[in-house]
Amino acid sequence: MKPTDISAPDYFHKVVDCQWACPAHTPVPEYIRLIAEGRYSDAYMINWKSNVFPGILGRTCDRPCEPACRRGRVEETPVAICRLKRVAADFKDDVKHRMPKVSAKNGKRIALVGGGPASLAVARDLAPLGYHCTVFDADPKAGGMMRSQIPKFRLPDSVIDEETDYILGLGIEFKGGHRVDSLKKLMAENYDAIFVGSGAPRGRELEIPGRKEAAANIHIGIEWLASVSFGHVEKIGRRVIVLGGGNTAMDCCRTARRLGGEDVKVIVRSGFEEMKASPWEKEDAIHEDIPILNFMVPVAFKHVAGKLIGVTFQKVKAEYDAKGRRNLVPAGEPDQTIPCDDVLVAVGQENAFPWIERDCGIEFDKWNMPQVDAKTFASTNPKVFFGGDAAFGPKNIIWAVAHGHDAALSIHKMLSGEDITERPLPEVNVSSQKMGIHEWSYDNDISADKRYKVPHRDKVIALKDIRAEVELGYDVKLALGEAQRCLNCDIQTIFSAPACIECDACVDICPMDCITFTENGEEEDLRTRLKAPSPHHDQALYVADGLKTGRVMVKDEDVCLHCGLCAERCPTGAWDMQKYLIDMTHAGSTCQTKARSAA
Amino acid sequence: MTYIAKPKFHHPGLPKNDLGYTHRDYEGKISTLCAGCGHDSITASIIEACYELSIEPHRVAKISGIGCSSKTPDYFLGNSHGFNSVHGRMPSVLTGANLANRDLIYLGVSGDGDSASIGFGQFAHSIRRGVNMTYIVENNGVYGLTKGQFSATADRGSKSKKGVMNTDNAIDLVAIALQLGASFVARSFSGDKTQLVPLIAAAIRHKGASFIDVISPCIAFNNHAGSTKSFDYVREHNDAVNRLDVITSRDPITVDYAPGSVQVVEQHDGTRLALRKIDADYDANDRLAAMTFLQKHAAKGQVVTGLLYVDPDAEDMHTHLDTVETPLNTLEAKELCPGSSALEKINASLR
Repeated sequence: MKPTDISAPDYFHKVVDCQWACPAHTPVPEYIRLIAEGRYSDAYMINWKSNVFPGILGRTCDRPCEPACRRGRVEETPVAICRLKRVAADFKDDVKHRMPKVSAKNGKRIALVGGGPASLAVARDLAPLGYHCTVFDADPKAGGMMRSQIPKFRLPDSVIDEETDYILGLGIEFKGGHRVDSLKKLMAENYDAIFVGSGAPRGRELEIPGRKEAAANIHIGIEWLASVSFGHVEKIGRRVIVLGGGNTAMDCCRTARRLGGEDVKVIVRSGFEEMKASPWEKEDAIHEDIPILNFMVPVAFKHVAGKLIGVTFQKVKAEYDAKGRRNLVPAGEPDQTIPCDDVLVAVGQENAFPWIERDCGIEFDKWNMPQVDAKTFASTNPKVFFGGDAAFGPKNIIWAVAHGHDAALSIHKMLSGEDITERPLPEVNVSSQKMGIHEWSYDNDISADKRYKVPHRDKVIALKDIRAEVELGYDVKLALGEAQRCLNCDIQTIFSAPACIECDACVDICPMDCITFTENGEEEDLRTRLKAPSPHHDQALYVADGLKTGRVMVKDEDVCLHCGLCAERCPTGAWDMQKYLIDMTHAGSTCQTKARSAA
Repeated sequence: MTYIAKPKFHHPGLPKNDLGYTHRDYEGKISTLCAGCGHDSITASIIEACYELSIEPHRVAKISGIGCSSKTPDYFLGNSHGFNSVHGRMPSVLTGANLANRDLIYLGVSGDGDSASIGFGQFAHSIRRGVNMTYIVENNGVYGLTKGQFSATADRGSKSKKGVMNTDNAIDLVAIALQLGASFVARSFSGDKTQLVPLIAAAIRHKGASFIDVISPCIAFNNHAGSTKSFDYVREHNDAVNRLDVITSRDPITVDYAPGSVQVVEQHDGTRLALRKIDADYDANDRLAAMTFLQKHAAKGQVVTGLLYVDPDAEDMHTHLDTVETPLNTLEAKELCPGSSALEKINASLR
């Protein structure tokens, strides 16, 4: 293998699995260390810069970071990264004075359609640079789906208010209760750029017999959740069936339990395992006595005299074809009718752009989605950008934030007269953490603790009050315990071959058998000759040559604990522990030339 | 040394031996030696050898004297019996323990000071008696604990860290062990585990006095230019006569060796040692030739390593003494005191 180029910014970024997996690339280990030190405000600000909504995401994020977490490969469960983010938000001091100052306007005006996470992220990045940002939303308050679709028992209004206010406080004009119903009209107002962050606002229909006749008791999930959120709906029947297996279905069933639903069931077409809902959301639903029935396809709504009485299901089973694709085929069992008073349909969301005239210079594809560049988020109209669910269909808040950063950068570059396809490299800072012979600036002792559970409100009380937050969050002690589980994957093991005397001290001390000195070879071959098995080929091998014996040092990054023992046992300092911080490029980052080399 | 304990986590895919243990289960406490010490690699090799042989840790007694080397039994086999004895007295303590309980596996761990100076006589007598043990000398040529004075194994003409020349002649423990009748003699290098681990495994399986001299660079005081026990010097002058594979199962040897290139030695317990010859003329069954070979090569400044001599039909001290198979420490009064009628018989036979 060729020696690893550790100066490429992506190499060590990938080693920080959580940060690499996060769409916004939040520096997770850095803020977890700050939490462990009790520096909650600092931890919050790192998050705020990167993901804009730490308090909201700390409660609702889909957590792509956690399945990626190295700890999950070392023991059973990853670090509770998401809930630690909430700790930073819960325990921080007043951070208002740390927010960017409202700056003098630069005369350029940006219109943002939709007041959800994508638009707010764009506005957050652009307003401090002097842009006049105007956010339009049909709802009276900012937040978009975060406010309308996520139940209050998961995400209290106070948290949304606080974090949307930080952004609106940057001198942003918010036009609530103002639905944009014509892009053409908006364009006529001569904005310098328009950002569309209008989400995926339409719940998918379920057109099966009886839908029209029993319509009074059949509700579309996200619309119903929004009605509950705004207080338009306050109760539901005793027996409720929720159709669908995503997170919206989980929110629907749990909301139903709080509005009079005593016998609430979730019924899904697929198998339980393949459901789209996050495992923890399924757990929370089951904990609230909501059974999840699987492999049942709804075929008809049963009704008598315009009143819904039940839903009929066909039983199916999964079969896999030669290509491994799953097909649901009839199981051969008789259909089953389950009686109910109300049905909530949560079988997906769709984009809808009836308000965008098709002659605005924005090309749409055959699925009626706008053509959006995945890197710049520009549409085919150079002044109109898309982001969040509006760009590529329903995803999660953290994706909307990541889109927002990128779109803001594009808008800023365009309005600065630069080429928006040229994306400046992130800034990387690598620095030794050595404080003494065996002392490091980080706590390198590895905690063996299992993942700490987040305390929940007593179920009886929680089910009585739809606004009572179920999760209570970690207290300081639990947070400290959980923070100690982080393996500090951003403190990198850096090897310098010229200093190495090949004494094997690092090989002998490494608790995970990561390090091997051997003859070089192709990667496939090298992986079979390492000191421990190397099953995860997506995890890099760090190869260094230039040793006296002509061998190479190979380190499998897979399960390295970043404990620094290799560096502590190294007699010549050939190993060092260096903190790798990567600063993602946002609008207004310092100018960087193309030729700049990282680290 | 290191302040934090080595994390308990281990690689999730670590292989397990016949007992279900990983090599991590054969570790002891974390080493307090200087970073990079050759002794730590010997520790790792002992761990690896015991893991590969699927040795039950409670069947091992590790005995040492005083010195950096003699600290190391604390760092391996944390679940074995241990005795950190007086300076140079490891061989006597080991001999006594072996007499009392012949069922344990005895690991004697010592250094060049412990064995070639203060304990030289003790070393000689334990070898001479053929105590069934694995005697490992972690040989760095200096007194590391007292800041690097030359030890008795330092080569004449080698230089100290301060540049002082050693004018005394060196004791070659391997030569002495051969002369005193050790039935398994090897030399190796802490920086070459592929050679060292099978040597330790073979020595453990050998019934009789096994002696391994392991050159182990002292990072703090003897790893400079002018030293003959530094990583660079040993790597440059290493003259390995053979490579060893230890085959413990009764299955036929399946490894493909070029004809004439391998010497197979079967030991008492059925262990077979496959010696892949590097030096075609070297015969590991010839004590006299080995001694000559060693002297010749030492004169040329070469460090001869490998399995230098093995007597597959070796006997040990218990055979010489004709002791019972049952360990003496488990004999009860019934066996030890055969009663007055037996005494009468003995007395009568002497009248």
